[in-house]
Amino acid sequence: MKIHEYQAKDLMRRYGVAVPEGHVAFTVAEAKEAARKLPGPIRVVKAQIHAGGRGLGGGVKVCKTLDQVDEAAGAILGMMLKTHQTGPEGQLVRRLYIEGGADIRRELYLGILLDRDKGRLVVMASTEGGMNIEDVAHNTPEKIAKVWVDPKVGLQAFQCRRLGFALGLSAKGVGSFSKLLQNLYRLYTELDCSLVEVNPLIVTGTDEVMALDGKINFDDNGLFRHPHLEDLRDYDEEDPAEVEAGKFDLSYVHLDGNVGCLVNGAGLAMATMDILKHYGSEPANFLDVGGGATAEKVTAAFKIILSDERVQAIFVNIFGGIMKCDTIAEGVIAAAREVGLDRPLVVRLEGTNVELGRTLLAGSGLPITTATDMKDGAQKAVALAAQFAAQRA
Amino acid sequence: MAVLVGNHTRLLCQGITGSAGTFHTRNCIAYGTQVVGGVTPGKGGTFFDDKVPIFDTVAAAVRATRANATMIFVPPPFAADAIMEAADAGVELIVCITEGVPVLDMVRAQTFLDGLRAEGRAVRLIGPNCPGVITPGACKIGIMPGHIHKPGHVGVVSRSGTLTYEAVGQLTALGLGQSTCIGIGGDPVKGTDFIDCLRLFQDDPETHAVIMIGEIGGSAEEAAATWAKAHFTKPIIGFIAGLTAPPGRRMGHAGAIISGGTGTGQSKIAAFQAAGIAVAPTPGDLASTLLQVWKPA
Repeated sequence: MKIHEYQAKDLMRRYGVAVPEGHVAFTVAEAKEAARKLPGPIRVVKAQIHAGGRGLGGGVKVCKTLDQVDEAAGAILGMMLKTHQTGPEGQLVRRLYIEGGADIRRELYLGILLDRDKGRLVVMASTEGGMNIEDVAHNTPEKIAKVWVDPKVGLQAFQCRRLGFALGLSAKGVGSFSKLLQNLYRLYTELDCSLVEVNPLIVTGTDEVMALDGKINFDDNGLFRHPHLEDLRDYDEEDPAEVEAGKFDLSYVHLDGNVGCLVNGAGLAMATMDILKHYGSEPANFLDVGGGATAEKVTAAFKIILSDERVQAIFVNIFGGIMKCDTIAEGVIAAAREVGLDRPLVVRLEGTNVELGRTLLAGSGLPITTATDMKDGAQKAVALAAQFAAQRA
Repeated sequence: MAVLVGNHTRLLCQGITGSAGTFHTRNCIAYGTQVVGGVTPGKGGTFFDDKVPIFDTVAAAVRATRANATMIFVPPPFAADAIMEAADAGVELIVCITEGVPVLDMVRAQTFLDGLRAEGRAVRLIGPNCPGVITPGACKIGIMPGHIHKPGHVGVVSRSGTLTYEAVGQLTALGLGQSTCIGIGGDPVKGTDFIDCLRLFQDDPETHAVIMIGEIGGSAEEAAATWAKAHFTKPIIGFIAGLTAPPGRRMGHAGAIISGGTGTGQSKIAAFQAAGIAVAPTPGDLASTLLQVWKPA
């Protein structure tokens, strides 16, 4: 789960991490009010969307007067902000963060995340603040210092000092940095985060460090321990179809293609997307119905897939292992009847009771195309999608 | 004979009285797996299906049954604890089926297991978030459909459950049996990875060829390719799922995500090819691609 910068900074503040004073605003009037509460004269108006790269897209404005805040808030609120992470149409800005200006002497990078290869958390610090850390890692890896945390003992003071001195901080700066990093680490582990990133981390004129930006992602598997975090969720930032799928415990990701897929198992679901592309279509979605493809789940999945106007055919690809194919066929038939299929449906069933499943589909009277295997099904779905598009045109 | 599990395996089930534990324990018993006990705290002294003794703790179960393997079906909040309990009790093979274990729990559990290994204890974890391990005709631990398998000489290792079944289904349809099929799981922090499995297959005389199925996210496939080039001498083919997945989006599995430009399918396929590992063009070509590099005796 992702949250906004202002929410991340609220959490950081609560954990004793130094951040500039700031307030969230949902309207231009609120933005002006928020700006008045700040000492000034510099105030920064920042678009709050979940994507990164907001500054480059015109979503961050430094203002010297309250009138400028007024103007910037009016311009940014309601804009479609395009960044390298939003996709071509951009993301609608509905919230602003109004923040006091900071005394910036240096800009650094600090991040905590999982090192999958080592199975441990890694803390990364770099002198190249404000840059995309992936680019730094690629072009100048020597500018990134790392320490790995032994979970038995946690992040140690010497590790913080090692990073602080690697960043070229003064003795006073290292003290301030160590305190901030320990607090960030506590935040990460206590709240089951999957990423905590401060970019830039700034050094002020008094040699203190402060988080000028803040990004926090949470491990979805750990959210059950922190029900209060659910309040931070902003459904406006999520795809409505994905939100709907979540209600039915369907693992769904909306994509841009023309063939919808309904599959059991994440690996097979990804492979189904790939094989559609291999035969000339683009997948409209990733969808894993999970181990128990009940009629209710399949119906919900069909409705979600069909709600996408770009979908020209649906490919159901099920390897019924423990699940019996006749049960799945019944689910597909019931779902197809209920939603009133208006686009071609190709079903590939494999596994337990496959013959029974295919007989049920054939005898249903529904316009369902059955496939003998995955390749056959993918090719048929691609062909039927093209046919459907041609008929529509 | 095959790897990890076989006729010697004496299996426990942790979470045997839950719905998934009950269902799959019955299936494992029906397949012929020696299930010697179950563990559900508070239900010690009772029996599962009137036959299998249930214990309050894994330690008590191991003492009474000499179990050497366990499969874990306990819910995500308690799964890491169950793994550590099994390891502490001396169970050598721990297969965690549970999906949804918090990453930080797994980081702690792994460290605990590392500590035991440093003391000289043999302990291996498979999973979490995996279908399990099967040596066809001998022992099935996990949720895979037993009947699609056939005893033979192809080793299968995969991050995905259903793609493992896909590979097995294709092999069996061509009359090719499997030595052992290992589902290593879809999580970012897991007990056993590709290289561990390739090492086992390399040393196993029953395994003559291998299918390795990876997916986007992380760099375990790249590492395995490098290792295989230097150490693996048997015919092997690969497949990578998720070439069409957009970056930054989690594809079902917690570990299936391209982040910061790493973990792309293209990078993994390039690594396979650089190591001389043939890559199946589609998931429908797993068995046929293997036959291009391997002539079964």
